[in-house]
Amino acid sequence: MKLATRLQALAHAATRGRSAVIGAPYLWLLTFFLLPFLVVMKISVSEMEAVHFKDLITFKDGSLQFAIQLRNYLFIAEDDLYFKTYLASLKYAGVATLLCLVIGYPFAYFMARARATLQPALLMLVMLPFWTSLLLRVYAWKGLLSEHGWAHQLITGLGLDHLLAALGIIQTPGLLLHTPFSLVLGMVYTYLPFMVLPLYANLAKMDLRLLEAAADLGATAWVAFWKVTVPLSKAGIIAGSMLVFIPCVGELVVPELLGGPQTLMIGRVMWDEMFSNNDWPMASAVAVVMVLLIIVPLALFSKYQAEAQEARR
Amino acid sequence: MNGMQKWFGRGWLSAGYLFLYLPIAALVIYSFNDSPVPNIWRGFTLHWYAQLADDHELLAGFWLSLKIAFFTACGSVVLGTLAAFALVKYKRFFGRTLFTGMVSAPLVMPEVIIGLSLLLTLVSVQRLIGVPERGMLTIWLGHMLLGMAYATVVIQARLQDLNPQLEEAAMDLGARPAQVFMLVTLPMIAQSLLSAWLLTFTLSLDDVVVSAFLSGPGATTMPQVIFSRARLGLSPSINAVATLIVLFVAVGVAFASLLIARRERQRQREMAEAYRS
Repeated sequence: MKLATRLQALAHAATRGRSAVIGAPYLWLLTFFLLPFLVVMKISVSEMEAVHFKDLITFKDGSLQFAIQLRNYLFIAEDDLYFKTYLASLKYAGVATLLCLVIGYPFAYFMARARATLQPALLMLVMLPFWTSLLLRVYAWKGLLSEHGWAHQLITGLGLDHLLAALGIIQTPGLLLHTPFSLVLGMVYTYLPFMVLPLYANLAKMDLRLLEAAADLGATAWVAFWKVTVPLSKAGIIAGSMLVFIPCVGELVVPELLGGPQTLMIGRVMWDEMFSNNDWPMASAVAVVMVLLIIVPLALFSKYQAEAQEARR
Repeated sequence: MNGMQKWFGRGWLSAGYLFLYLPIAALVIYSFNDSPVPNIWRGFTLHWYAQLADDHELLAGFWLSLKIAFFTACGSVVLGTLAAFALVKYKRFFGRTLFTGMVSAPLVMPEVIIGLSLLLTLVSVQRLIGVPERGMLTIWLGHMLLGMAYATVVIQARLQDLNPQLEEAAMDLGARPAQVFMLVTLPMIAQSLLSAWLLTFTLSLDDVVVSAFLSGPGATTMPQVIFSRARLGLSPSINAVATLIVLFVAVGVAFASLLIARRERQRQREMAEAYRS
C-alpha cells in the first residue's frame, strides 16, 4: 500500500516534470546516438593492438603522451580503391535520386491534383509497400530481372537491353541482373515513396489561387508550372532528395542483392573492414569519411525540416 | 485540368503504382509455383508453405523478430511521445537544436553507420564492465533508435494539429497536468500512437542491416535468415514467407484503418453534439 502510493507520487512527479519529459528522450539519444559517434571517431584514430586498443592518452615518464593515428585516413586518401568506391557510391546515389525526382514529381503532382475524395486512398497505396517488407521487395526484383523473370522478358522483348548496353549501363545485352542498371533500379524502387511523400505533402497544401493569378496575368500552363509550382515546392524537392540520397550512399541491402562485381559501394567496404579484416579502426575511419560526405546534405535536410515545421504553425 | 493533362496524369499514376506493386504480385504468384526453379511456372502447389512449418532456422528467427519488434514498438512509442511532447510543447530548452537534430537524423542516416557506431560502443562497454552480451537486447537498442525517430515524426505531426484550447480548458477546470494528459491529450493522440506502434513494429520486423551488426551468435532474426538465403539465389520458400507477410500486413492495415475511421467518425459526432448543447 505504502509502496503503491509512493509509486503513484513518483509517476505524478514524472508526468508533471517538464525536465523528465525532455530529459528521458534526450538522455537516451545522447547515450545511444551521439556517444557512439564519438566512440567511432576515437577508434578511427586508434591503433589496433591485437584485439585491444591502445589508449589515446597515456601518462608515461611524467608526461602526457598522445597517440593519435592518422594512418587510416592517410590510407583512405592514398588508396585508389577507397576513392573509387566513395565516388561510385555518390554517383549511384545521385543517379537514383535524380530518377526518383523525375518519376516522383509528376506522381506527387497528379496525386495532389486528384479528386479530394480519392486522395486518401492514393496516399495509402503509396504507403502500403512501405509497410510490407523492403528486403523482400528488393529480393522480388532479383526474380523479376533474372533470365525468366517478367521484367527481363519485357525489357529484352522490347530490345531495350541493346539500348542499355549501347549506353554502357549494362555490359552484355540480355544480362540485366548484377549490373549498374539493376542496382539503380532497385534503389529507385526502394526509395521512391520517400520522394513522393514529402513532395505530395508540399504540393497538396499549395494555394491554387496563385496559379489562377498566373493564368490571369497571361502565363500558359507550362510557364505557370515552371515559375510558380516548382519554386513553391522547393522545400519538398530538397527534403525528398535528401531522404533518398543520404541513405542510398551507405546502402547495403540493394547492392548485395542486385549489384554486381562492377558496383562496389562503400557500405560493403566498411562491412568487410569490420567483419572480414577485423580492422575496426579502418572501418571507423571509412564511416567517419562517409559521414563527412553526407554532412552537408544532412544539414540541408535538417534546415528544411525545421522550416517545414515552422510553416505548419 | 484539361483533358489531355488528365489522361497523362492518370497514365503516370497507373504506371507508378504498377511499378510499386508488380514485385509484390510476382512474389505472391510464384509462391504457389510447383517448380524448384523459382521463375518458370509449372503449376499450382502449397508445397512451399508446408515446408515452412519444418524450417526451424526461419521459425526461430521469426519468434526472435516478433519479440524484438514488440518491445521496439512499445519503447519507441513511449520515447517518441516524450520527444514529440518536448518538441511541440516546450519551445525553449537547453540544446533544443541538438535534440531536434538527433531525433530526426536516424531517419536518413545510412543504417550501416548506425549499426557500426552502436556496435563499437557496446563492445567497448562490454570490455569495461562485461555486459551486455550481443543478442536480443543489443538488437533492440539499435531498432529503438530507428523506431523512436519514426514514432516522433508521426506523433509530433498529430500533436501540432491539436487545439491547445481543449487542454487549457481542462486546466481551467482544475485538472492537474497528469490528468490533462491522461484524460484529454492521450485520447486525442491515441490514433497516432497506434499508427506509430504499427509502423515501428513493421520497421523492426523488417530491419536487416542494424540487426546484422548487433546480433550475436545465438540470435539471428528472420530478415537475417532471409537475407543470407536471398544472397545465394532465388528460393521458393522466401516467396512463401513474403506472401504471408503481405497478407498479414494487408489485414493489419485494413483493420487499423477501419478502426481509425470509426473512431474518427465517433469523435466528430461527439464534438458536433458537444457544440450543439
